[in-house]
Amino acid sequence: MSTVRISDDAVARACGADRVSDAFAKLGWTVERVSSWGMHWLEPLAEVNGVGWGPVTPDRVAEIAEGGADDLCIGPVAVHPFIASQQRLTFARAGKTRPLSLDDYANSGGWAGLDRARAIGSEQVLAEMAQSGLRGRGGAGFPAGIKWQTVAKAPGDRKYVVCNADEGDSGTFADRMVMEGDPFALIEGMAICAHAVGAGQGYVYLRSEYPDAIAKMNAAIDLAAERIAPFRMEVRVGAGAYVCGEETSLLNSLEGKRGEVRAKPPLPAIAGLFGQPTVVNNVLTLAAVPHILAEGGAAHYDALGLGRSKGTMPIQIAGNVRHGGLYETAFGVTLRELVYDIGGGTASGRPVKAVQVGGPLGAYLHPDQFDIAFGYEEYAGADALIGHGGIVVFDDSADMAAMARFAMEFCAAESCGKCTPCRIGSVRGMEIIERILAGGRKADAVEVLPQMHNVRDADRSLEDQVALLEDLCETMKFGSLCALGGFTPYPVLSALRHWPEDFGLTKQAVPA
Amino acid sequence: MNRIEDIVLRHADREGPLLPILHDVQAEIGAVDAATETRIAELLNLTRAEVHGVVSFYHDFTAKADPRPVVQVCRAEACQARGIEAMMRGAENAAGDRVRIETVYCLGLCSVGPNARIGDDLHARLDSDALAKLVEEA
Repeated sequence: MSTVRISDDAVARACGADRVSDAFAKLGWTVERVSSWGMHWLEPLAEVNGVGWGPVTPDRVAEIAEGGADDLCIGPVAVHPFIASQQRLTFARAGKTRPLSLDDYANSGGWAGLDRARAIGSEQVLAEMAQSGLRGRGGAGFPAGIKWQTVAKAPGDRKYVVCNADEGDSGTFADRMVMEGDPFALIEGMAICAHAVGAGQGYVYLRSEYPDAIAKMNAAIDLAAERIAPFRMEVRVGAGAYVCGEETSLLNSLEGKRGEVRAKPPLPAIAGLFGQPTVVNNVLTLAAVPHILAEGGAAHYDALGLGRSKGTMPIQIAGNVRHGGLYETAFGVTLRELVYDIGGGTASGRPVKAVQVGGPLGAYLHPDQFDIAFGYEEYAGADALIGHGGIVVFDDSADMAAMARFAMEFCAAESCGKCTPCRIGSVRGMEIIERILAGGRKADAVEVLPQMHNVRDADRSLEDQVALLEDLCETMKFGSLCALGGFTPYPVLSALRHWPEDFGLTKQAVPA
Repeated sequence: MNRIEDIVLRHADREGPLLPILHDVQAEIGAVDAATETRIAELLNLTRAEVHGVVSFYHDFTAKADPRPVVQVCRAEACQARGIEAMMRGAENAAGDRVRIETVYCLGLCSVGPNARIGDDLHARLDSDALAKLVEEA
């Protein structure tokens, strides 16, 4: 009897993997549902004895079963250039294991990190985490080892490990892929963290837009309960608020409150969930932990990367791109390599106009900037963010003024409302961009009233509006309580600086 | 109102149970209305204002039930890069008053967009015709 391996990742399913599976089953084949390799343009990908076909449609299944369909065949999957050129640590199992098989997990090196962590004790775990140089993969890039040490030392009746799985950024899907494809890796990472800091309870705060991930995580936690005891874990489902990806909003939401941002200090590491010391880490951060704690992993991790950006980053290649998917590699890769060599350029075949890196709050990078190396400091130096490692490619049909306006609109729609720069600034930002697009602003009815004698009643020029937008962005950047208001200026200002013509401006009108 | 009590009881041993309770109420009753807010508040020893504040904060909860089928369409940046905005008019025409089209910001399928979700079924690589067809068949 022949066996075919087909991913049950949401991307594969959305592309028709279930229908392809059914077609193989109808022919009497055994179908093994595995995690996705991350080559999303080839999904659904059918793998028979290590050889892959994709993207498969049900009507091609009979041909593949007979060894035909050469036009879809990509040869041995594991040595495909897209896979072979990666450095996979977090996604080492991707494409290879059945997500909910404890046997597959254990047979592929699973639990080695937790076993060793338990053997060497929490002090040594904390030391090795610090040595690895792992920085939070959720966007802020704070060293995970230091956060863990703070929680371990903080006094508290009980401590928590909270996994931030509220992956709301457009262009990011690595968290989802970990939870759907390798849920035990996240569970193991959280159990190691709990052991290190002395936490008894863990929560995975998962967004409601990910039904497949919710089901997988719930099932995986049940299956692993004995293995991680006395540590207990639970999935909490968000309710469609983007801002709950911010760690303090997330904690409020977990407590059953409005997802409003908390002012820091106190840091969640000192007073987090229910006022207790809490580690809040992203899915990718926690899923990187088992490898680091397995024998020699910390030194290996430390040796990879660029400057203070250590280890590997699962980069999510998305948007208008030919070869979209998940690409894990050490820091230091350039956007040029990612977009053209790995991503194959745009899906539409038109020239690349812009790439947004780091989600809806990340800057739009111009092709002139494509040689910047992928690293926290390198991107900060270019007024950009690597965020959660998502890149979204746009072709030359994109209207960057519309994208800038959308960034403000998104901030207005998703603002938690607690701080003024974000709540009001985003609305005003939309208005100013509209006025720029309208070519400036006429004095309004109120301004020309005689009693408004100390108000300028002349028309405002385009340049005035640009200056106002920059000033507003400055206020949002430094006055907002969290990254939603604080980072919205990145997409807005980068669009304005690099593509002034889309705003009806000349280069000279926009100071660099 | 027994249904509300059943739901609240189901989550009684959880820390911070309000969100899981509201999810179940929304799923089973279709909305979280004023009377329900009051009842939940009594059972959890909260004020109704506190419960209403939470209900109104999150996009997933609604005050009024809407029995129409829902098609969630992602209109975030990655799907915009693949032309979702130009497809919306066709989708809205197909929907008419019969189907509710909801905007979501990101279904996590950004490499194979534009995407939509109906219930727990996900649909990728949509074009204008495919999206309109999804809406018509919703």
